[in-house]
Amino acid sequence: MSTATTIFSPELAARFDKLVTLYPVKRSALVPMLLYAQDEVGYLSDAVVAEVAERIGITELDVRNVISYYSLLRTKPAGKYHVQVCTNICCMLRGGNEILEHCKKSLGVANKGVTADGVFSLEEVECIGACSWAPAAQVNYDFHENLTPESMDKVLAEYRAKAGGGK
Amino acid sequence: MPVISTHPDSVPVVSWRFGKGAVSIDKYIELEGYQAARKCLELGPDGIIGEMKASNLRGRGGAGFPTGMKWSFVPKQSAKPKYVLVNGDESEPGTCKDRLIFEHDPHSVIEGTLIAGLSVQARMGFIYLRGEYRYLLRIMERAVDEAYAKGFLGKNIFGSGIDFDIVTQTGAGAYEVGEESALMESLEGKRGIPRIRPPFPAVVGLYGGPTIINNAETIATVPHIFRIGAAEYAKIGTERNGGTRLFCLSGHLERPGVYELPMGYNLKKMIYEVGGGIPGGKKLKAVVPGGSSTPVLLPEEIDIGMDFDQVGKAGSMLGSGGVVVLDEDVCMVEFALRTMKFYRHESCGWCIPCREGTDWLEKSLTRLHAGGAVDKDIDNIRYLAENMLGRTFCPLGDAAAMPTIAFVKKFRKEFEDHLEGRGCPKHRVPEAALV
Repeated sequence: MSTATTIFSPELAARFDKLVTLYPVKRSALVPMLLYAQDEVGYLSDAVVAEVAERIGITELDVRNVISYYSLLRTKPAGKYHVQVCTNICCMLRGGNEILEHCKKSLGVANKGVTADGVFSLEEVECIGACSWAPAAQVNYDFHENLTPESMDKVLAEYRAKAGGGK
Repeated sequence: MPVISTHPDSVPVVSWRFGKGAVSIDKYIELEGYQAARKCLELGPDGIIGEMKASNLRGRGGAGFPTGMKWSFVPKQSAKPKYVLVNGDESEPGTCKDRLIFEHDPHSVIEGTLIAGLSVQARMGFIYLRGEYRYLLRIMERAVDEAYAKGFLGKNIFGSGIDFDIVTQTGAGAYEVGEESALMESLEGKRGIPRIRPPFPAVVGLYGGPTIINNAETIATVPHIFRIGAAEYAKIGTERNGGTRLFCLSGHLERPGVYELPMGYNLKKMIYEVGGGIPGGKKLKAVVPGGSSTPVLLPEEIDIGMDFDQVGKAGSMLGSGGVVVLDEDVCMVEFALRTMKFYRHESCGWCIPCREGTDWLEKSLTRLHAGGAVDKDIDNIRYLAENMLGRTFCPLGDAAAMPTIAFVKKFRKEFEDHLEGRGCPKHRVPEAALV
C-alpha cells in the first residue's frame, strides 16, 4: 500500500507493511493490526476498517466480524484514559465492586460512559490477570493494583493532571 | 510491578531467575541461559522427548496432560510445516502466573519454544499473550530481537544449520481464545471459535500443520528441566506430577501472591501457612482450587496435596493453579452468580448448550440472589448445568457448568435461604434484579 493514501502515521504504516510478512498467511496480522490502529486513531473508525481490509485483502465485513468478537476492540471513541475496573471473583472478594462504584461517582459517569470532556471513560471488565494483587484496574494498558477508593482517586488525579487538569 | 512472593517452602525452579535482571539476554546467558537449547540441539528430537517424558511435566494450562507425550504425538513426517504455539492468553479468573514469567524471565519462554520446536522439527513458533498484557508484549518483543541478534533465532541458529523463527503478538480480549483450537483461529485472524476434535492440533493444527500448543508456564519450565535434569525435576513433585507449580493465591488471605511450590503441596498448609490464613480471624468457608472453572472445595476437603491426581480424587481439578479463598461472610449465591456472569460474557456463542445455558444460568442466579426465585429454580439450575456438560466443542461449557453444580450441591441450604422473597441474607440487592 502506498504511503500517500494511508490514514495511518508513516511509522504505523511501515509497521503494518512488515507485520503482514511475518506470518505464513497475511490474515494472521489482522488482530494485532486492529489493536495498533486503535491505539493510534482511538477507535476502529470506518476508515480504519476500510484500510485494514485492503491491506489484508479481505472484505470489510470480514474485518467487522472479527472486531465484534474481541472485547478490547471498539468502534466508538473512548475517553483519552479508558478506566477498566475488574469486578470478577478475586477482585469482588477484595472490594472490586466498591472501586467501580467509587469511579462512577468520582468521574460522574455510568459503566461504559465517557466524561463530557472526553478525558475518561469507564468500563467494568472481566478478569485482567491481577488476581493475587486484587482489587485491580487498568487505565489504557497500565495496571493499578491493590486498590482502595483513596488510591484509586490518586490514580485518577494523576491521569487528570496528565490530561491538562480538566475534570 | 508484581513480583513473586516467597515462603520458606518455596522451591524456585521456574522463578529461579526472577528478580535477577534476566530480562536482558546477557544476564540470562550468565544464569545458564540458552545452555538447554544447545544441549537439545545435540540430543535431537527423540532425546528431547525422552527427557520430557522422564520429567513428568504435565500441562500447566489446566488439563494436566503429560507434555512429553503431547510432543510425541506430532508426526515425524509432514507435508505441511509444523508449528509451536505458546498459549499466554492467561484469562482464567484466579490466574496471574504467566504474567510474572513474561515480565521477569522472557527468554525462558523463547528458549522453551525453541526446544519444543527442535523436538518436532518445527521451524516456527508463536507466542500469544492476552491483549491486556500489552506491556509484556514489549518485553517479549525486545527479548526476541535480542535472541535474533545473538543468532539464537533466525537462520542457522547456534551455527547448527537449523532455522527457527518466533513471532510474538497479543490477543484482543477474549477468554475463549485461551482454549487451544480457538487460539489457533485467533492467530489465523479470525473470531476465536473452537474447532471440533479430532483431528487434534498435534496432527492438524495451525494453518493445517501439526502443532504443539502449550501453556506459557509449561514452556518456560522446559529449559529448567534440561538445566537441572529431568530426574531431578521429577523428584521435586509427586508421583506422575513432576516439579513445581506457580500457585496464585487470591481472595481472603493475609498474604495473597504467586508462590512457586512443589507439586503436591498441601492445600491447607498453602492457605494457612503460605498465604497467612484468613484476615480478621474469620473462618474459612470455601476454596476454589484451580481457577474459576474448578468445583469448589469445603474446609473439610482441603487437607489434600495439590497435584492433578489428588485434587481430581477430591472431586475438583488442579486447573490453572489459581487458589481462590473465601471467608465465612461470602454469599455463595452471589459468588456463583458472578462466576456465571463471566462465563455468559465469554461464551463465544458457537455451541447452543453453552450460549443458552450460561445466559439462563445467569438469569436464574440473578433472580435467586434477589429473592425472586421459587423452590424449583434450584433444581433447574442444576439441571441446566448438568445438561451443558460434554455437549460443546470446547470446555467452556463444562467450565461454566462444573462449578455451578458444585455450588448448588455443597451450599444447597444457602441457596434455599434465598427463596420465598427473602433475598440475600448477606447483601441488599437492587430491586431491578427481581424482574
